[in-house]
Order: sequence, then structure tokens, then C-alpha cells
Amino acid sequence: MPEPPPAIEARNLRKHYGAHAAVQDVSFRVEAGQTLVLLGPSGCGKTTLLRMLNRLVEPDSGTVFINGQDARSQPAEQLRRGMGYVIQQVGLLPHYTVAENVAVVPRLLNHAPAAVAARTNELLTRLHLPPERFAGQYPSQLSGGQQQRVGLARALAADPPIVLLDEPFGALDPITRASIRREFRELPELRSKTMVLVTHDVTEAFELADQILLLDAGQVQQLGPPRELLLRPANDFVRRFFAAEQLALQLRALRLEDVLGELPEAINRVVTNNESDFNTLPLTASVQLALEQLSHAPARHSGEPVVWMRVSDSTVRPLTYATLMAAFGRAVRRLAAED
Amino acid sequence: MNILTELFAFWQAQADKLGQQTLQHIGLTAASLLAGVAVGVPLGLLLTRRPRLAPWVLGGAGVLQTIPSIALLGFLIPVLGIGPGPAILALFLYSLLPIVRNTLAGVQGVDAAVVDAARGLGLTDGQVLRRVELPLAMPVLLAGIRTAAVINVGVATLAAYVAAGGLGEFIFGGIALNNPVMILAGAIPAAALALLFDGALAGLQHLRGRRLRWAGRALLLALPLLACLYLLPRAASKLLAGFSPEFVGRSDGLPGLRQLYGLNPASVVLAPALVYEAVRSGDVDLIDGYSTDGRIRAYDLRVLRDDRHAFPPYQAVPVVRRQTLQAHPELAPTLALLAGQLSDSVMTELNYRVDIRHETPRAVAHDFLRRRGLWREPQPATGATIRLGSKIFGEQYILAEMYAALIRGYTNLGVEAKTGLGGTSICADALRTGAIDLYPEYTGTGLLVVLQPSAAVLDSLGPDPAAVLAYVRREYRRHYNLEWLAPLGFNNTYALLMRRQQAEQLGISSVSELSGYLK
Repeated sequence: MPEPPPAIEARNLRKHYGAHAAVQDVSFRVEAGQTLVLLGPSGCGKTTLLRMLNRLVEPDSGTVFINGQDARSQPAEQLRRGMGYVIQQVGLLPHYTVAENVAVVPRLLNHAPAAVAARTNELLTRLHLPPERFAGQYPSQLSGGQQQRVGLARALAADPPIVLLDEPFGALDPITRASIRREFRELPELRSKTMVLVTHDVTEAFELADQILLLDAGQVQQLGPPRELLLRPANDFVRRFFAAEQLALQLRALRLEDVLGELPEAINRVVTNNESDFNTLPLTASVQLALEQLSHAPARHSGEPVVWMRVSDSTVRPLTYATLMAAFGRAVRRLAAED
Repeated sequence: MNILTELFAFWQAQADKLGQQTLQHIGLTAASLLAGVAVGVPLGLLLTRRPRLAPWVLGGAGVLQTIPSIALLGFLIPVLGIGPGPAILALFLYSLLPIVRNTLAGVQGVDAAVVDAARGLGLTDGQVLRRVELPLAMPVLLAGIRTAAVINVGVATLAAYVAAGGLGEFIFGGIALNNPVMILAGAIPAAALALLFDGALAGLQHLRGRRLRWAGRALLLALPLLACLYLLPRAASKLLAGFSPEFVGRSDGLPGLRQLYGLNPASVVLAPALVYEAVRSGDVDLIDGYSTDGRIRAYDLRVLRDDRHAFPPYQAVPVVRRQTLQAHPELAPTLALLAGQLSDSVMTELNYRVDIRHETPRAVAHDFLRRRGLWREPQPATGATIRLGSKIFGEQYILAEMYAALIRGYTNLGVEAKTGLGGTSICADALRTGAIDLYPEYTGTGLLVVLQPSAAVLDSLGPDPAAVLAYVRREYRRHYNLEWLAPLGFNNTYALLMRRQQAEQLGISSVSELSGYLK
């Protein structure tokens, strides 16, 4: 049985603006349901690259395949209606109400009016914009965060399998940005989507990406899972790019299973099924999360706070600041040395 | 207060004309605006897609805008003749710049992110234009249409100069007659129309959302309907007359004809300079003109005999300072050499040579004197200098040249010509103050412009040329110490003119016959 084609594949994309090479020979694949983050400093060509995927920019050479088909095999509008598109400036139509904005693509696709209305209400509700209050409002009456939520709802209205996002949280203040990003991550609508997201925010990239493509001056510097870029940078540019936030990123990138082998032998405790899961973390939890839990955890017999790591269905292992940090340090060194 | 009552009286008396002119005015404005929108909006949209063309197109439209409206009409008349054609085209050209510029600015002013998002969502170019760019550009676009509308209401008054009607008929009649009530009678409704268009479009401009879309559509529907007002049937008769505004308003012009002959042809109003062209080209069949105009000969027109003397006598007569005559007794007999020498047709011929064939007034004057055996070689000037004046048109230049040649040939007096002295009042003042010694004047002008006697006196004089001459001679002597000498022979007065061929076909040679034919 042949392997299904990747949801998105870019092959040798190039784009020049006059003498300036915006994108130079970039290739990548995004498997269905995965999130690729295009990361890089301003002007590195990441937005141009994103806009080639829905043909807002046509490449000078190279090809984009969507589900194995050349993107140029259908009219650009047709292609775009099958891809959600969210931009930093949101770009809501100011003369349309919130509900009308959300309904733009389903209407272009001639969905039944009743179905469009139901879908609009559902999305607005899920994005914390109660339709009874917001559906009839105009974009100018909304806050920046609310506008971005409407923009997201609009991109998802026709349930496209692919969503392209260009700095979707870039224009928001840090607090709003963090809360919207959390909603975004937890949105069931997005679980199954193939997404390509442009950002220059490293933390955001690590939080959302399955794969990161780090670009500089139109060239791919490194393409891989976040922890690979962090732990095994391909070149100096990649190293320097993450240097400022290295520790914070490592804490997020490493999971408890990564540090398990570095922990000192300790007594595993057997837990009963009715014991509370409070203070118990799965092996897939990040070191960061474990540290956050420790800061809230009550002190135990030795006077140190302790959280528990679930090693198997029936056993947990205690973690303290000291054991966790020591193991984390050794794990980072080990992983960086592996090839 | 007085002017207000007069104004209302005027409107009441001319109510049907006022209504017709107002409808024509709205029609002209709407028709040209419709054409402006139909061409300007697509042109502006094209420029948003081809921004490199923008400086050229906007520059071209800007140049059109700077051409004075009367000059633009002048350029269009040789191509399109007279009537609504050139008027609507000129108004259309004026409306282009604001509409094109605002369409372009409106679409360019749409937030780029909104357009980008719309494209990214999968709207086609046409959908982006119709659903995003045009609705969002609409307030700016409407502002352009509004500017064009106000310009057009103003410029449409000039349509009266090319027989396209409108409220300019009152305004130019009023200007020609120096009648402020008549000017206001046209200017006030024109200003009210401008405010009305402005206010209505301003109202549309401030609408938002769906209402704005409806308003835009309603406007596109309303303009053709308003333009149709221009097509309302007008009075018709066997012959169409084209009259200058002054003639229509003057009591010794059309109203006099109406009273005396019962003449009431369907007529359009147009600029005095255009009436001859209009009758020649067949746009109209009957015009008012001056009985010695060179174009009568050039265009083969026939002067209809004023058999009941509706037009006042305008005999040409040299007017001289009495001091000058007394100081130089040889002057009076010299000037008298021309008395009775110039009939209407002779003067028409001379004017024709100057105005149409562009011979110099001097050559024409000297040639005439030679043919009449009046020519003498100039004598050396040993005596005083006589200062000759003339008004600023060909006939007066010719007469001044004749007198200069006669004085030089028959006396030893010197001559200084001060020709081209503007209008009647300038010449009359110059003569009274002694800045000039003599100039040729017309009896009717001396009577009506300089002396301005009461209506009772005018009635008593009637149309009798001898009585008018006697009156001005007596009054000029008494008030100004100026002397009217013997008439030159021709009478440069109003005349009704037709194409000779048509007049002959219809057997019309006098105004009575014309009146009979029209009934």
C-alpha cells in the first residue's frame, strides 16, 4: 500500500524581487495533522514562503504540492477556499458584521444558509464570542483579541484541512497573546488540521510546532523538531538564534522521559486506582511543567516539595528540585552529544 | 426689498420658462454626470490595476479641467455644432477628473490587509472588487461624484451659450441687459440646484454598510431618469430661431417683434458670436444680427425688411466737439464728404472685407475713397492735430480710417488716431472731456446708452430715424456742446436674418411675411 502523500510539499521554491532573493531553494514536507512553524528574523522570507503555499505569491521556480497535487492544477481561488488563512492585521471586512465575516468562505462555496448560520454560531461560541452579543457587531467595535478570534473563526468556517497563519498573535499585547495562544492550542477544531504558522517568536514556535523551519536571508538554516534545533543546532546561526532563551527553551523541550534515565535510583511507590492524580505527571510532561508543579507542591517528610512522575500504570516516582535539575543537566549534555 | 418683489414678479411672469430651464439644467447636469460616472469609475478602477498609467490619465484630466469652460465650448463647437452635444461633452470632461481621482484614491485607500485577507480567503479579483474594494471606496468615490455634480451645475449655466438651454438663459440675458433681477432669476435657482445636488450626495456619502450599497444603486438609477428631463418635448414651429440673450430680453428686440408682428417662433438661446454660424450650418433657421455685419455677405444671409419699424434706428453719424468745429472751419465740409455715401449693403461689404477676408481697415477705407473719387494724397500737416476715436470693432476702424484719410487729403490738419476705445461710454466720456475730437456714433446708442430719456420721451420718438436724430442732436448740443453731423447713410441696427436660399424658397423677404408664414 503506497504511503499517502504529505498534506503540503514544497520543492525547490525560489522567489526574487529584483536583485533581492526573498526565498532561495526551499523544500519541506508537512504531514497531515502536523504543524510546521516558519521561524526567522524579520525579512528572512518566511511570509513570502507562506504566501507561496496559497499562491498569493507565485514562485519564480519550484513547485508546491497540496495532497500530492500541483497547486497550479486548479484556479488560485479554488485552492485558497480549501485553506484557512489568518494574518497578523486580521483584515476583517469592516463593512461586514462579525457573522458575515465568518460566513465569507462558506458562502463562496455555496453552503446552505442554515448550515452556514449554525456553523458560525458554533465557532463563535467555541472562541468565546457569544453570538447573541457579537454576531451583529462590526469589526471596529471589537478589541484586538476579539478581532483575531473572529479572524480565526473565519479561517476555520469551511473546515479546511489546511490552515495558514501569518503571525496570528503578533499584533496582540503579551497577556492577550498568551491567553489566545492557549485557547488556540486547545481548540478541538485545530487538533486534526495541517498548519503552517509564521512567527519570529521563539517561545511561540516551541509551544506550537511539530517541526520548525528556521530561515535566514531566504535560505533554510535548519528543519526539524524543536528539540533537535535546540540541542543539535546545524550551524552558528541556529545556535545564536536560540542562545538568549536557551534554558527556558530546553526546559520546555525536554520531557520527563528524557531525564528518567539520569534520575538517581529511588523507591517507586505503588499507587492505588482511587488515589488522587493531584501532583502526578505523565512522562510526556515537560521539565518546565514539573518545575511549575513543584513550586505549588506541599512539602513532604524531608521538608522538600515533591511531585510524582507516573512511570507505569501502577507506579510513580518522586521528584524534587534537586533530583530533577541534576538529571536535567545531565540529560542536556547527553542529548547534545548524541548524533 | 424692491429687487425681491421684482424678482418674484419676474419668476411669476416667466414661470413656464423657469420650469423648463430648471428641468433642462437638471437634465444637462445628470446626463453629463452619468457619462462621467460611466467612464470615470471604470477608468479609475483601471488605474488601480495599472498604477503606472495614473500620472498620465490624471494629468490629462487635470489639463482638461484647467481649460476655461467657455474656451472648451469654443473648441467643441466646430466639431459638434451647437446644442446639447457640445454642452454635455464639455460638462462630462469637467466631471472626469474628480470622479477618476476619487475612484483611484478610494480604492487605494482600502486597507491593504483587508484586500490581502479577502484574496487569501479565495475571493476572485471580481469579487474583491465588488464586495470589498468598491463598497469600502464608496464614500470617497461619492465625494468625487459630489464635487463633479457641483462643478457641473455651475458650468451648465454656460450651456445657454450653445443653445443647450438651462438656467444660463436668464443669467446671460441679464448680463447682456445689465438687469440684475434677471441675473438673479437664473442664478438663484442654479445655486439652489447646486446645494440640492451637494446635499443629496453628502447624505449618501455618510451612509454605511448595506444602506450605502442601496444608495449607490439608487444613484445609478436616478441619474438616467434625471437626464431624461432634458428630453421633455419643447415648443416646436416650422422654423427654429436662435437668438442672443440680449435680443431675447431687450424691449426693442424679441418682445418688440412679438408685440408689433405677433411673431413667436420656437427659439433657443445662444452666444451672440455663434448665431451666424448656427444659421449658416442649419442648426437654426432664423437669427438676430446686425444689419451691416460682414457675415451677412459671407454666409449668404438675407436681412428681413423691418416693414413695421420694430427695431430702433441706429444711424451712423460722426459726433464732433463744437469747439473743434469752430476752431477749424475746414473740418465740417471735409467730414461731410462721407455723408450719405454708405448704404447698408455697402457697409456690409466693407465689413465683410475686414472681418471675413481680413484685409486691413486702412486698405479697405482707402480703396473705398478711391472708388468714390474722394481720395486725395495727404498734404503736409502744418496745422493743429485732430484726435480721432473709435470703438473696438471693425466697422468703427474702417470709418476712422476714412475720416483720417479725408482730413489729411483735404486739410493741412494733423490726425492722431485713438482707435479701439472699448465701449460707448468710454468714447462718449473721451469726447466730452476733450481727449478725442470726434468719433462715429449711432443715433440709437446715443439715445439709449448716453442720454437715457424717460419712457414717455422714447414713446414720442417712436421708430422714426429723423425724429431720433433731431432729438440726440438737440440734447447733445445742450448738455455736452457736441455736434451730430449728417448721417453716413447706413443703419446698423438689429436685423432678423435667414439663409438666403431658404428665405427665397419660402418667399420671405420681410418680417411681416415671416410672421405670416409662421401662422
